[in-house]
Amino acid sequence: MTVLLEARTISKKFGGVQALKDVSLTIRRSEIYGLIGPNGAGKTTFFNVLTGLYARDAGEVMFAGKPLELGSPHQVAQAGIARTFQNIRLFGNMTALENVMVGRHVRTQAGVFGAILRTAAQRAEEAAIRRRAEELLHYVGIAHRAGDLARHLSYGDQRRLEIARALATEPQLLALDEPAAGMNATETAALRELVEGLRADGLTVLLIEHDVKLVMGLCDRVAVLDYGEKIAEDVPAVVRADPKVIEAYLGTSAH
Amino acid sequence: MDILLQQIINGLTTGSVYAIVALGYTMVYGVIQLINFAHGEVVMIGAMVAFSVIMAVVGMGLPLPPVVIVLGGVLAAIPVCMAIGYLLERVAYRPLRHAPRLAPLITAIGMSIVLQHLALLIWGRDPRAFPQIMENTSHAIGGAAISSVQIAIILLSVAMMAGLTWFVYRTKFGIAIRATAEDVRVAALMGVDANRVIAVTFVIAAALGAVAGVMVGTYYGIAHYTMGFILGLKAFSAAVLGGIGNLAGAMLGGILLGLVEALGAGYIGEFTDLCQWPVARDLLAERCMADGHVVLFGSNYQDVFAFLVLILVLVFRPSGLLGERVSERA
Repeated sequence: MTVLLEARTISKKFGGVQALKDVSLTIRRSEIYGLIGPNGAGKTTFFNVLTGLYARDAGEVMFAGKPLELGSPHQVAQAGIARTFQNIRLFGNMTALENVMVGRHVRTQAGVFGAILRTAAQRAEEAAIRRRAEELLHYVGIAHRAGDLARHLSYGDQRRLEIARALATEPQLLALDEPAAGMNATETAALRELVEGLRADGLTVLLIEHDVKLVMGLCDRVAVLDYGEKIAEDVPAVVRADPKVIEAYLGTSAH
Repeated sequence: MDILLQQIINGLTTGSVYAIVALGYTMVYGVIQLINFAHGEVVMIGAMVAFSVIMAVVGMGLPLPPVVIVLGGVLAAIPVCMAIGYLLERVAYRPLRHAPRLAPLITAIGMSIVLQHLALLIWGRDPRAFPQIMENTSHAIGGAAISSVQIAIILLSVAMMAGLTWFVYRTKFGIAIRATAEDVRVAALMGVDANRVIAVTFVIAAALGAVAGVMVGTYYGIAHYTMGFILGLKAFSAAVLGGIGNLAGAMLGGILLGLVEALGAGYIGEFTDLCQWPVARDLLAERCMADGHVVLFGSNYQDVFAFLVLILVLVFRPSGLLGERVSERA
């Protein structure tokens, strides 16, 4: 399998706190890669560095064979990385459909004058954006909520909408930040099905998750962060048996 | 004459202008949470540029219909104001995008003073009278009169409000503007170029301001380098009344403020006529007998109403009539 993303010695400090220390990891194309760790281990920080929301202190990222220009969210999106947020960040006062349409900005021309003058090309592009957004809502299973304001959607539907919006940017790598947080068992099962479907359609998924059962069942490989350092990276069965991982999660064991 | 209806017509006219100017404040506030205090000056420059163009064309004595001449003034004012709006954002506000909020606010006041004095240098300190070329016919409706200029102002304003609403809610760029207003960082992750959206917002606000400036100039017949100050403050009050950051709110607030002001000015004399109150009538018996009226506040107090409304809104409903949850933004 070819490598899609390779992070090399990523470090990030907040004041005196070393949030990430020399984290290196490799994500292969079309795999579901899990990133787990206790609270405060640096998972979300890694996400934020990767998607350009935080500037990193050191390290580099190769994405699809090219160095990834970190630091600008726009460029990261352009390169093909899309994400969702642990605390959902939808455009609450816009409809579900409009939320997804915003995601199409990465892949389309944003002509102001075209928008006003209604050129034929502009009209065609806007129609295509709308159509694609409708397809994506259908794909994640919330087509019937297209005209509703995002903030009026149920929690599970908001998570799905965030995924649809991320997919609208046509990513090669979809990064999901705790997508199952706050979901009940039925919603989690549906989410799992959705993520497996994404992978079947050729997408690579990076999953941060607290729900260890979900991660172990869903991911091809898993990395574990603890205090900003990677302490394990392997297939779920191996990681699960790793004494360092057990220690990180359960505290120092008696033996 | 039906005073009530007449004042409503007058109020709708000035209210339409306030609404258009208020849209400029509210759009900019929506995307970068900045009160662009220089916006009133952009409106003033719109009026001044139109004045110069109209004077020049009239001076040449071309046999053009008056409507075409005024339209020429509008078409000249729009690009000039758009350029000023762009420069304001690029030069004065963008470098302070991540500075504490007080810094751009004070810069905005500074830019307002700079633009005012620039206009003073170019157009002088005397009020400039617009040539009365438009045939201002009055139409009688139900005991009141509405002039063709008033009709034109109201119709043009409604058309601009409809156009802006369509642009913001129906086009791809409008969706980008609203996404930026809600969450600039997430919008950037979706590929929206925030700098561009913000610049375009300023330019659109300035274009609306330019048209508003020409409307005010033609309606009152004069333009003056300080006219943008009070007009801007009133439009800002209108935007706050409707809920700053909210497009529909700015339109509603502008119209309401125009009505309150017109009705207030129309009736304040009647309500503060001391001769109608028994106690005061006895005390002022001589003057009441002689003049019939002793009016405490005349219609020249009309400016008071806008700011009274602003104070009442800020005290009782700071988020405005259709207000967004401002506290969440701050």
